[in-house]
Amino acid sequence: MKRIKTIETKDIAKTVENGGCGECQTSCQSACKTSCGVANQQCENSKK
Amino acid sequence: MVHQYKLNGYNIVLDTVSGSVHAVDEVAYDIIEMYKSESKERIVEIILDRYADSPDVTREDILDCLEDIAALEEAGKLFTVDKYEALARDYKNNSKVVKALCLHVAHTCNLNCSYCFASQGKYHGDRALMSLEVGKRALDFLVENSGTRRNLEVDFFGGEPSLNFDVVKALVEYAREIEGKHGKNFRFTYTTNGMVLTDEMIDFVNREMHNVVLSLDGRKEINDHFRRDYSGKGSYDTIVPNFKRLVEKRGGKGYYVRGTFTHNNVDFTNDLFHMADLGFTELSMEPVVSPPGDPYALTEEDLPKLFEQYEILAKEMIKRKREGRPFTFYHYMLDLKHGPCIYKRITGCGSGTEYMAVTPWGELFPCHQFVGDPRYSLGNVFDGIKNTEVQDEFRTCNSYSRPECRDCWANLYCSGGCAANAYHATGSIGGVYEYGCKLFKKRIECAVMMQVAEAVDDE
Repeated sequence: MKRIKTIETKDIAKTVENGGCGECQTSCQSACKTSCGVANQQCENSKK
Repeated sequence: MVHQYKLNGYNIVLDTVSGSVHAVDEVAYDIIEMYKSESKERIVEIILDRYADSPDVTREDILDCLEDIAALEEAGKLFTVDKYEALARDYKNNSKVVKALCLHVAHTCNLNCSYCFASQGKYHGDRALMSLEVGKRALDFLVENSGTRRNLEVDFFGGEPSLNFDVVKALVEYAREIEGKHGKNFRFTYTTNGMVLTDEMIDFVNREMHNVVLSLDGRKEINDHFRRDYSGKGSYDTIVPNFKRLVEKRGGKGYYVRGTFTHNNVDFTNDLFHMADLGFTELSMEPVVSPPGDPYALTEEDLPKLFEQYEILAKEMIKRKREGRPFTFYHYMLDLKHGPCIYKRITGCGSGTEYMAVTPWGELFPCHQFVGDPRYSLGNVFDGIKNTEVQDEFRTCNSYSRPECRDCWANLYCSGGCAANAYHATGSIGGVYEYGCKLFKKRIECAVMMQVAEAVDDE
């Protein structure tokens, strides 16, 4: 595409079927303690 | 939902429902902006007129771009329809496990920071240390309520947990005894002000703790303004050498040097750069949690300056990475390829449901920020959850539960935000802390821009 570059990302919609194992870190256990950010949490199963 | 913005010379288009990120040129940016509101012919007319001075922008070229956009839509990477709302409600309603505890092993502190949300570690109550018995029971409560979850998280928190270190050590030992028996894996976090860290404590922490959070506000004069001991002496000169020793001996395991910024240091990037210059590479800096009207509370006038600071930070991080001296910032750590699934994104931190705080007496609260507020007492580790009404209230919190969030492009990045912030700002956990939202959205825009910069640079 001449005018659009799509960055490689995980397709969130596809994780409806195989996500939700719940094994990932609780966000407040990392560093914030005062805000809720989940986008920077790592998936425990990168295949999902 | 599509969110478009321009930052640091990049034109960025987010398709938030699929998580897709597109870096586009000016022409494509303008076309995407009107793609859903204008006809194709009208778009061609408008773009030809707008770019009349650009010979490369032809009718054929615009039609090609329109085809590309249609292909992205067809592939589920642009204008993706949001179907997650029911999923958010049902998933959280059906999830009854507890997987993380914030253990308040010490409601006391050896620092006397006037801005502390926990009122010098006492949480507006009595000073106390958690007994080994209460701590063990809390770990048992976690195991008993964790269902099939294998990874269980425990944060040793306070106050200052180092003031009850023998209990911390004994609890880690106990957890290691029981985890194998129950097919669990305990991950510990240790949050400390660093005032009394001995080599022996450092070795233990580095061996047993999955993550360490080291509290430092940045430059000496900034840190020592609030972070002082009871004699009024600043903590910087004591804690920085301790933190350096801990990090040097940590062997690459996870840690964060974490600070708080207030109205007094709106130029907080200078504090982050100071931390980086001290040799720390894993950094976090959070806006102060305080009632409006406090002299150090962040103000509306601070907001544009803070936005600028987040941009300065992102640009400096890109620069330092290119120079081979990178550091990370917690809120900019987006992994677009391996980030969280939709269930994580819609349910959020899990406060009050899968995550709770435990007081030194074993009382359960939805999270550390509710500790000491009797309205939010959930029960205790001996008798379990008794206040199901409050817990149900937390169970309804998700990325769609607030009307404002349903129409917000960032709701799959923040999951509807922090319930405690909402409560403190509006009196209800179902409210919206708008100031925090503005900062959060700016941080995400910067974080995505950094990813775009890296991807474009890689070409």
